[in-house]
Amino acid sequence: MSVAHLIKSFTLWEFVKAHALTLKYFFKPKATINYPFEKNPISPRFRGEHALRRYPNGEERCIACKLCEAVCPAQAITIESEPREDGSRRTTRYDIDMTKCIYCGFCQEACPVDAIVEGPNFEYATETREELLYDKAKLLANGDKWERAIAANLEADAPYR
Amino acid sequence: MIQTLAFYLFAFLVLASGVFTILARNPVHSVLWLILAFFNAAGLMILVGAEFIAALLVIVYVGAVAVLFLFVVMMLDIDFAELRAGFVKNFPLGIAIALVLLAELILGIGAYRAGALELGVPDGSAAPLMDRSNLENLGTVLYGKYLFLFEAAGIILLVAMVGAIALTHRGRPEGARGHQDIGKQVRRRPGEATEMKKPEIGKGVEL
Amino acid sequence: MTAFFQSLGMNYEWAWFVATVAGILLIALPLMLAVAMIIYVDRKVWAAIALRRGPNVVGPFGLLQSFADGLKVFLQETIIPSAANKGLFLIAPIVTFTVALLAWAVIPFGPEAVLADINIGLLYVLAISSLGVYGVVVSGWASNSKYPFFSAMRAAAQMISYEVSIGFLLVCVILWAGTSNMNGIIEAQRGHGLGIVNGFFFNPLLFPIWVMFLISALAETARAPFDLTEAESELVAGYQTEYSSMSFALFWLGEYANVLLMCALNAILFFGGWLPPLNVDLIPWFDIPGWIWLFAKIFMFFFIFSWVKATVPRFRYDQLMRLGWKVFLPLSLLFIVLVSGWLMLTRYGVAA
Repeated sequence: MSVAHLIKSFTLWEFVKAHALTLKYFFKPKATINYPFEKNPISPRFRGEHALRRYPNGEERCIACKLCEAVCPAQAITIESEPREDGSRRTTRYDIDMTKCIYCGFCQEACPVDAIVEGPNFEYATETREELLYDKAKLLANGDKWERAIAANLEADAPYR
Repeated sequence: MIQTLAFYLFAFLVLASGVFTILARNPVHSVLWLILAFFNAAGLMILVGAEFIAALLVIVYVGAVAVLFLFVVMMLDIDFAELRAGFVKNFPLGIAIALVLLAELILGIGAYRAGALELGVPDGSAAPLMDRSNLENLGTVLYGKYLFLFEAAGIILLVAMVGAIALTHRGRPEGARGHQDIGKQVRRRPGEATEMKKPEIGKGVEL
Repeated sequence: MTAFFQSLGMNYEWAWFVATVAGILLIALPLMLAVAMIIYVDRKVWAAIALRRGPNVVGPFGLLQSFADGLKVFLQETIIPSAANKGLFLIAPIVTFTVALLAWAVIPFGPEAVLADINIGLLYVLAISSLGVYGVVVSGWASNSKYPFFSAMRAAAQMISYEVSIGFLLVCVILWAGTSNMNGIIEAQRGHGLGIVNGFFFNPLLFPIWVMFLISALAETARAPFDLTEAESELVAGYQTEYSSMSFALFWLGEYANVLLMCALNAILFFGGWLPPLNVDLIPWFDIPGWIWLFAKIFMFFFIFSWVKATVPRFRYDQLMRLGWKVFLPLSLLFIVLVSGWLMLTRYGVAA
């Protein structure tokens, strides 16, 4: 052990150096954001909470083709359908079990009419499990609520599809 | 008034915890009662004005010795049935010890009643000065009048400590299982522990 | 304060009693508040060094975070394991908490502002801090669970080991100050460094003692890097594993009250306590009340504690023991010899 090592260990040199480094970090700007008040930008392809969209005239897009139900790897989607009075095929039941969903986005990919989409919303934590079993009304309400953001995202992503 | 009250409180607690030390079935409880007894004895010491002794009692007995007791007793796996089985066998021995203690007590009280014993003439050199703190008085006595006795006691304790370590220390020779040279571990530098290699693409590293 | 209550028409004994109770409350309640805030500071400093923000939602800048946590803990259910030794299980956190408060009786906040201005002030602190181990050991044993028990064993060994070296380090300070009364020690530091600096740390013989004391204080309060008693990767939460609700909160409060006590001791023994840092009346130093200086110094040391916690990794247990017994103990003994030798040479004369 050399004299330099001896001096270094008795002056706790390594500790002093480490503390100088951490003090430098203490005054550095934060790497995290002030989350509930500030948010990071998210990609147009972000896969968040599901929504069922409508056409601009208010007609729901979903035609009950059940492609999403078929493709869903977690089997989270349940669809039942019947002809409506005007003869068009519509869903009578469209449930997504959000506790099963793995947010793969296959339903969105499979949908021929862009009805089921995963919107930009990710803040929908609930206090009970039952609230996470979404039905058709909830999904349509989501679609109405997020339509502008969803439409903008779809448009931004369209050139790459 | 407050002092009288405090005295009776401390004295009662010392006696009560002493009794519970013996009566408690669980040895850990016994040790804890013993600690309470020590602690209250320290309170009594403060009442007679020996605050340094009180502090030492708490630091040494409560803070260190009793912790070691507790340490050992907690780790013992005590079988109560086995303990009680030995009761009848050891009963005569217990009675004998109790009789000896009783005789000593009677002798002590009798001697006290018989009058003071003249051991020597006090010259007043060890008497505490009331205007000085406990600490200074004790220091003057220990490092003045009784310096050599004090040093001798220190040396005896040192010898006892060295003896205890020498008897129980098991050195593990180098290479044996469990051998560690912590000094060597601490001295190790990054340069000795790691080696930077820059292998060319497609060639490995010679280790 | 007794005189004040006597002027209200009480007799001496009642006045003394009321004054003492008032003094205790005057120290204990702000201390509890300080502990709550200091937990917040700890989290903030730790977060800042990790480039995070720390608690910032409850109240302005998250200042009320600790109170929210306290409320949450208070509303929890108290769970007592069925195999636990019930009485001791409940007493242990109370012991920890009480002992942590006891030592504050002798901490001087100003020349007159001390609850018990006793001769053996420093020894009293040492005695009380040696009791702190019981809360931990008893809780570990009474939980009747293996991880708390391991933790209790570690804590007992660790605290006893470092108390020895702390004791010897304090002897050096007592020797230099010539008294173990806290106010006496602070007065002895007035103008200690070249007549300008107030504090023993300026003394080249006492500076290494301060460094060792700071490190031992970290070990004594089981703060990082010596937080082996609650090493979460090995022992779950250490001796607190089986605790919940208020008993858990009492451990927490006691732990941080102890940390604050060690910060206060650092400030009082080596940095001049309630004295201003410099003994020069450049700006109106001396008009600032002493307790503000003391609080500023305690805060500075707490920052150092948090800073260390955010910087160094945890020690290995055998290295901890080695540091205590094979490094600090011999070094502190050596420094007692050096300090007393130097004092004999300069203050008392060789022949004395």
